[in-house]
Amino acid sequence: MSIDFINENINWKDITPGGEVYEGGTAAEFCTGDWRVSIPEYIADKCKQCLLCTPACPDAAIPVVDGKRLDFDFKHCKGCGICAKVCPFGAIVMKKEEQ
Amino acid sequence: MAIRERLSGNEAVAIAMRQINPDVMAAFPITPSTEIPQYFSTFVANGKVTTEFVPVESEHSAMSACVGSEAAGARTLTATSSCGLALMWEELYIAASCRLPIALACVNRALSGPININCDHSDSMGARDAGWIQIYSENNQEAYDNFVQAYRIAEHKDVRLPIMICQDGFITSHAVENISLLEDKEVKDFVGEYDPSEYLLNHDHSMAVGPYDIPSYYMEHKRQQAEAMKNAKQVILEVAAEFEKLSGRKYGLFEEYMLDDAEEALVIINSAAGTAKDAVDALRAQGKKVGLLKIRVFRPFPAEEIAEALKNVKAIAVMDRCEGFSSQGGPLGAEIEAALYRAGVKALVVDYVYGIGGRDVRVENIEEVYAALDEILAAGKVEEPYRYLSCRD
Amino acid sequence: MKFLQQAKLKNLIVTYHAETERWRKMANFKEIMSRPERLTGGHRMCAGCGGTIAVRNVLKALKPEDKAVIANATGCLEVSTFMYPYTAWTDSYIHNAFENAGATLSGVEAAYNVMKRKGKIDDTYKFIAFGGDGGTYDIGFQSLSGAMERNHDMVYVCYDNGAYMNTGIQRSSATPHFADTTTTPVGKASEGKTQNRKDLAEIIASHHIPYVGQTTFIGNFSDLHAKAEKAIYTKGAAFLNIMAPCPRGWRYPTEDIMTMCKMAVETCYWPMFEVIDGKWILNYQPKNKRPIEDFLKPQGRFKHLFKKGNEELLVQIQKEVDERWEQLLKFCEA
Repeated sequence: MSIDFINENINWKDITPGGEVYEGGTAAEFCTGDWRVSIPEYIADKCKQCLLCTPACPDAAIPVVDGKRLDFDFKHCKGCGICAKVCPFGAIVMKKEEQ
Repeated sequence: MAIRERLSGNEAVAIAMRQINPDVMAAFPITPSTEIPQYFSTFVANGKVTTEFVPVESEHSAMSACVGSEAAGARTLTATSSCGLALMWEELYIAASCRLPIALACVNRALSGPININCDHSDSMGARDAGWIQIYSENNQEAYDNFVQAYRIAEHKDVRLPIMICQDGFITSHAVENISLLEDKEVKDFVGEYDPSEYLLNHDHSMAVGPYDIPSYYMEHKRQQAEAMKNAKQVILEVAAEFEKLSGRKYGLFEEYMLDDAEEALVIINSAAGTAKDAVDALRAQGKKVGLLKIRVFRPFPAEEIAEALKNVKAIAVMDRCEGFSSQGGPLGAEIEAALYRAGVKALVVDYVYGIGGRDVRVENIEEVYAALDEILAAGKVEEPYRYLSCRD
Repeated sequence: MKFLQQAKLKNLIVTYHAETERWRKMANFKEIMSRPERLTGGHRMCAGCGGTIAVRNVLKALKPEDKAVIANATGCLEVSTFMYPYTAWTDSYIHNAFENAGATLSGVEAAYNVMKRKGKIDDTYKFIAFGGDGGTYDIGFQSLSGAMERNHDMVYVCYDNGAYMNTGIQRSSATPHFADTTTTPVGKASEGKTQNRKDLAEIIASHHIPYVGQTTFIGNFSDLHAKAEKAIYTKGAAFLNIMAPCPRGWRYPTEDIMTMCKMAVETCYWPMFEVIDGKWILNYQPKNKRPIEDFLKPQGRFKHLFKKGNEELLVQIQKEVDERWEQLLKFCEA
């Protein structure tokens, strides 16, 4: 079920009964990256892939594939800074969000 | 082949539940509906049903568990009365807004306070705006028949709303009367299997139930829910027609008793209608043109049909077995008067609050009401449109 | 000579096993973190929210091939993770009302049992309820107790942030003593909350359910992951109490959440323990128990305790923490 048809113009006939949503994870389509005032920078050279940052992110913004973290998911990262504090190797640095 | 039996209203409903063999029952005891989960538990204990019975710790949890269970894809029911229904209040709204066809046997009992265990309609009337289909039953036969029809109405794709079948506490729930039951297989075939198109335990995809709705969406969700309640009226009639073929017993939105040429009529709900019919018979024998209209379906409220049925009646007494504390009378009175007004029916209408907290209703009390209607007709107007019956002054 | 050789060999074997265990745990950690995300980004929780950290890591304990039905009490988590039409949950999810996640999930689990029995469904489902301390310790207490007592095969996870955060930081029975909240504000006639907090894990353990665990965010979350896995895969009722700091309500720098959790554990304010079939097990005992100030000082909601003249209050809090800690040690010895 794509939720594209559900927006603030939807009429009462087309809206889903009871507010049911027939698919999981539709929130991924919503951008929370524009909440940021700070942005993390991932310094891959310093990263030892210890993955200690990955459970600490409230927004699942550090993707992990086959035991390795990738760069940040900036569509969802809110810039809370927890990962930067947690990283033992200085591989994450918080900078001022420019956008 | 009809099975002739002698049963109390509670046992009749419990047997209907057994024959339906729902997936889940989550219930908490309260007088006078307690016997229903008790009878049902005995069925469970003896393997007569395959239902999962959840002995919850309160009525609020009973309806909460029903919501969870029905949303998961299981046909679910419960039973309660009075304060139990009141404790479920927020959950009744949620069950309806989540469009879950849960069935509830409501054995009507007065709401506290003071605490009173006897019959009146303040419990189900108090829940009239929750979005549930509400069907009332004059006796054990109607309670049984209504319950057998319940899921066919509630689960219909144009409806998808929860439904409560009401009967009077103690008066019919505990009194043993003759009854004609359907065979197990007949009920099973009539009710069919529950086959929701969407449910939590769906293999194909996840489902999320119960969102937070911002103002941009809430109104459209409720408008859709309101449409479902409108659709219920036609579905109720279609199911009743099918039920008539099966049982030989005819049901509609209400029953008209000697209403055709009646000049004076009562509008009344549940067991007191039986008493009132005796009064009507006695007065008719004296040559008086009296009748009554017994409400079966209260929600959705069949305003146009009721107004049409009453259009030639000159004086009407609406009998409210509960107070509304609007200072104008009870809830049935308010809805009947609104229906008559919309249809332009110019009858003289008086609203009586009667029988609350189990106050006895006898044939002679009903005759008093018709005598009052005589006076109203003679005077050509209604002094005191809001009255009490059998309250010591 | 032989004795020394044997000792060296024994030492090597011990070291080898310890290293293997460490590598096994690390490999396990990498595998856990590689599992698909069951709470996606795009939810509306505050930046740095402890509640979502708790949820993400509990869900990581689910085997990828197992499905779940999540029940969620009204609160921060619910309004932010299912705002129509956006659900952050990849599994099936139901929100009913504030006080009934326990009862709602009981109904779902009952439906699952009967539908499985009747052959209507095939999959394996796990049932997990999430509620804040409001919907769990207070308004949700009855429904939680009923669900636990009936021993439904489910897990109830409380993300305990110590107040009714969603409605603006009002006190709950989980709020610590002397905390400043909006219904126990510090003022000329008040030093914050007047009661100590309730010990919910102990109360639920007295329901004699198969598994109770208390934990928070430490290191690579191995304690939390292990407890979540035990809770989910133990048959019968399970309860997890997870301290989930709230940067807004506790008033500490958002990025310091892991330090807050570490201090909570090292001061013995929030001990990490389990109760498995009635047996109390302490999972972590600090080598050097820190004074409670180390937990309280970084938080704005306790700053009044550090004003001159309030020393007695700190003494009182320390005494209460010590008493509870001693009590817990006794439970775990038995």
